[in-house]
Amino acid sequence: MSEFLQYVLSGTTVGAVYALIALGFTLIYNASTVVNFAQGEFVMIGGMVTAFLFAAGTPLWLAAPTAIVVAAIVGILLNKLAIEPARGASVISLIVITIGASIFLRGLAGIVFDKQIHRFPAFTGEDPIAVFGATILPQGLWVLGGGAAVLVGLYLFLTRSIVGKAVMATANNRLAAKLVGINTNSMMTLSFGLSAAIGALAGVLATPITLVAYDVGVGMALKGFAAAMLGGMGSPVGAIVGGLLLGLIEAMTAGYLSSEYKDAVAFIVILIVLFVMPSGLFGPRSVERV
Amino acid sequence: MRLSGKAWALIALAVIIALAPLAFPSSFYYRVGALILINGLAVTGLVILFGYAGQISLGHAGFAGIGGYAAALIPIHLGVHPVFGLIAGAILSAGLAFLIGRPVLRLKGYYLAVATLGFGILVYLVLNNEAQLTGGPDGMSVERLGLRALSDALGLGLNTSQVWYWFMGVVLLIGAYLALNLFTSPTGRALRSLHDSEVAAGTLGVDVARYKLTAFVISAVYASLAGSLQALLNGFVTPDVAGFLHSIQWVTMTVLGGAGTVLGAIFGAAVLTALPQALTVFKEYEHMMLGLIMMVVMVFMPAGLFPSLAKLFRRVR
Repeated sequence: MSEFLQYVLSGTTVGAVYALIALGFTLIYNASTVVNFAQGEFVMIGGMVTAFLFAAGTPLWLAAPTAIVVAAIVGILLNKLAIEPARGASVISLIVITIGASIFLRGLAGIVFDKQIHRFPAFTGEDPIAVFGATILPQGLWVLGGGAAVLVGLYLFLTRSIVGKAVMATANNRLAAKLVGINTNSMMTLSFGLSAAIGALAGVLATPITLVAYDVGVGMALKGFAAAMLGGMGSPVGAIVGGLLLGLIEAMTAGYLSSEYKDAVAFIVILIVLFVMPSGLFGPRSVERV
Repeated sequence: MRLSGKAWALIALAVIIALAPLAFPSSFYYRVGALILINGLAVTGLVILFGYAGQISLGHAGFAGIGGYAAALIPIHLGVHPVFGLIAGAILSAGLAFLIGRPVLRLKGYYLAVATLGFGILVYLVLNNEAQLTGGPDGMSVERLGLRALSDALGLGLNTSQVWYWFMGVVLLIGAYLALNLFTSPTGRALRSLHDSEVAAGTLGVDVARYKLTAFVISAVYASLAGSLQALLNGFVTPDVAGFLHSIQWVTMTVLGGAGTVLGAIFGAAVLTALPQALTVFKEYEHMMLGLIMMVVMVFMPAGLFPSLAKLFRRVR
């Protein structure tokens, strides 16, 4: 039993990171119908910038927010320089553009920083906390708490604030949003900035546990993308459920079956879900008009 | 005699393949040339899937993995010539594509992308983890195809890279001929009709699911052959042949060059295979440059390099 609980705890911790990345995918997708494959690079930027500022003597409480701001600026630049000019391009062109951006950012990080593996200390100590015979790292609680805080904050922002409602309106119907006077371009910029900041936050929270290097972005993007698709693209609830589910499946497979095939089982589950529900667990049941 | 566009495309391709070696400073370039032609074969298959039928795949390297390891394993375990490994790999890939194609191709857009991505990763994981069969991450050596011996027996006096270059040139011409033929055939018309609108094609009596599956299976065979040939050229194969990055490379070549046309995609394969060789001078900046080129081309030439350059050329003339 304690073994099972251990897998649940570690699966949820990893799953919360995936969920944050998937949430970033969802935000950008809603604002622009672009799936941003460079999303994983924001996670990398969050971790790397914090690690380097910390190594240079900046206290963690200052280094982490700086890293998130840096990532947000990169996200906004990405939108302005590569996504906005390509408006109306096909799905496959957009995939190539954002993968190009991902390769570019990875190459840049390899030069600006270095190609070593980095970490910084956990926020509140490294001693595992015992929970009914299982253990969880204090940093794991930070990841879970951070994920929950982002979720609540995002929910309140999107449903209660006027700017958040404008973002939702843009997501629902771009043309209609324009007609009621919403500046849809600034909503897109906002979504990219916000999404990059959430990705970077995931990187900051997870780095003490998972470590960071210039090339961790691809793996992160794949997992986040898979989680978002599992949940149903465009649904924030789907992103969270998809992320947590993916983390749990991986932890259970690694624990009970084989750690080599944890990714395989995750993808098999995704394939089966998509075969049965072609738009994911919580995706809109889209009706195509001809 | 008036020649069709198809004939012109084939003649242009043949002339370029025949004349390119004149610009090769050393025999190392024959090897790069052979690699370009192998990638050209794979992207010709992707043109049928992306350009004709309008579908997406981020997992076609999975089929290359099957082809590559079939070429390696079948000669070892069955004691037959590697060419049978290549054929068996193609049959296996076609069968697998047929089986998974129906459920996978019901998905659209990004959902199709993630499903094919998942397929590629599954193949990669099996090749990587079943070490007692595949040698695991270190890969395994592949028996030679015996092209050099054949050329020596014929007294052609070519080295290995040269033989492979000319052999691949012929293979690619055959592959391109078949793909171009398909374009103008009734099947090709059906494929293009479902690219424009699946619903419209369906109402006109096109069996949408069947034609999508046809394109998927054909492109899987092209990818499998390319994987086998690459393994046979290198005399070595690792699980990376099935990796996500290999799939992405092929997608990028196809789209960057121009997904709609066979010549465009082969042009993309040439640019992106040769580019890393040229960029080794800027070793540190290689990835940055590659990413930058991908973004700039797609933003400013959404149709791809080849169609945009062709248009420019026509305007200048």
